[in-house]
Amino acid sequence: MIEALVNLGWNPHIATFVALLLGVVACASFGLIWFTVIGLWLVRKVAARVQDRMGPNRVGPFGLFQVFADLGKMITKEDITPQGADKPIFNIAPLLAIAAVVLIWAVMPFAKTLIGADLSVGALYFISVASLGTLGVLLAGWSSNNKYALIGALRAVAALVSYEVPMVISILVPVLLAGTMSMNGIVEAQHIFYIFAVPLSAFVFFTSNLGETGRAPFDVIEAESELVAGYNIEYTGIKFGMFQAAEFVHSFTSCALMAVLFVGGWRGPGAELPGLAGALFGFIYFFSKSMVIYMLLLWIGNTVPRLRIDQMMAFNWKFLVPLQLVNLLAVAFVAKILQPNYEAVRATAESGSTLGNIYRVFGPEFIADLPRAIALLIVNVIILGGVGLMIRNSIRKERASVEANRAARPPYLGRRTPVEQPAVGD
Amino acid sequence: MQQVNEWLFIGIFFAISWALPAAPILIGGVLGPKRANRLKRETYECGIETVGDAWVQFKVQYYLYAIVFLIFDVEAVFLFPWAAAYNQLGLYAFFEMLIFVGLLGVALLYAWRKGALEWT
Repeated sequence: MIEALVNLGWNPHIATFVALLLGVVACASFGLIWFTVIGLWLVRKVAARVQDRMGPNRVGPFGLFQVFADLGKMITKEDITPQGADKPIFNIAPLLAIAAVVLIWAVMPFAKTLIGADLSVGALYFISVASLGTLGVLLAGWSSNNKYALIGALRAVAALVSYEVPMVISILVPVLLAGTMSMNGIVEAQHIFYIFAVPLSAFVFFTSNLGETGRAPFDVIEAESELVAGYNIEYTGIKFGMFQAAEFVHSFTSCALMAVLFVGGWRGPGAELPGLAGALFGFIYFFSKSMVIYMLLLWIGNTVPRLRIDQMMAFNWKFLVPLQLVNLLAVAFVAKILQPNYEAVRATAESGSTLGNIYRVFGPEFIADLPRAIALLIVNVIILGGVGLMIRNSIRKERASVEANRAARPPYLGRRTPVEQPAVGD
Repeated sequence: MQQVNEWLFIGIFFAISWALPAAPILIGGVLGPKRANRLKRETYECGIETVGDAWVQFKVQYYLYAIVFLIFDVEAVFLFPWAAAYNQLGLYAFFEMLIFVGLLGVALLYAWRKGALEWT
């Protein structure tokens, strides 16, 4: 597009700027607007059907325009700022919440040639930008001049910040296996999808994203906003809508990221073709993969009950973080020992022997990656088995101690000492 | 030029990502009614009059979680270049990082045993 505009006689710098501007608007609007339109409807319908009811079906065919109705309602509400609130920060907090989520879409690889900005540090950029959302929550609670908002915000921030640790460490695993931090690079290196090679890391990433975006079973943040003491009780109208939209789009963004990092983004048959066909195929694969993971997220969210906040934190610090550290070390060890040897496999593939022909059918990179992937899978299963055994032992011990306690102390059936009955006829 | 283009993209994206939520908020400011009222502007406290200042003393637990998060986040930032360059290094890279992550694992164990990870 830059070339087309330059040929029209524009200054090349301005042409670059305008092309980039249009690209930015496309990326940002995809991330924010299109998904809000389709996804909000999807969330409400899926939640409704899981709960054996219909969901929105009045506004538009099958309730598809419910989003616009909600948006219209929120926009026409009065904007009330509580007295004593810190006005500049009060106004910035919802902007920050959305900006943090929208900025992630700059590095999202939609297809091989459709990416906003293929930064060489894409993974690191996405982590640092996602943390801005946490800041938005804290600013919202602090500037509301309301002690319950502040307490709610602090709890929410403690939870959000804790779940970033396993997320960051679990992103290290695809970066390590791919050898690059760039998002497109990670997708291109996934001849075998990483979810089949390191399912444990994928599980940790998925779970920490559930905690990070405040979806069930780590619902405490959302529940606090639904109940009275949440960080956004002093917000009205569209500002409140911004917080809800930010949380909601964040959940889809995390599913899209899981698709990119672990399930191979835009990879699939036909995505390597040059030009429009490749871009279209890639986009379809990317979108459908992230939608499948999003459905999984909705399914889990509508099925499991909510954890208490101390259970949530204990789960994070005492289970996910040690697990992911051990997993990282195991993956690093196996990846170093069984490093894929692309040259040797390519040489065999070129040679024309029967083995070479088999290699060529599957693709030489796939075959080169195979031993490492299988070994990683075995190691992950071993770790999972070990962890499962540890959990089972600890549950058994706890159950035994509870039983022992119950046996030592008989149940309370009434008064412990008999009452002195007055003699009849006294 | 490619790198400059990419970061320029991020710069424009930054500006647009602030403008994108600001637009509905401004539209809401225009469309919404403005009937200011002393009662509406009072701070919410379940319908009763507020008692005390809005800045409460908070638990030290939050500070401890922040510190432990900081430790592990900085560790992760150090691990990123290592992970990106891992495939080109020899086996010694693994043992170096084993020692590094091991030290931090000991730190986590210490925090665990000392009760810094308990909620209250």
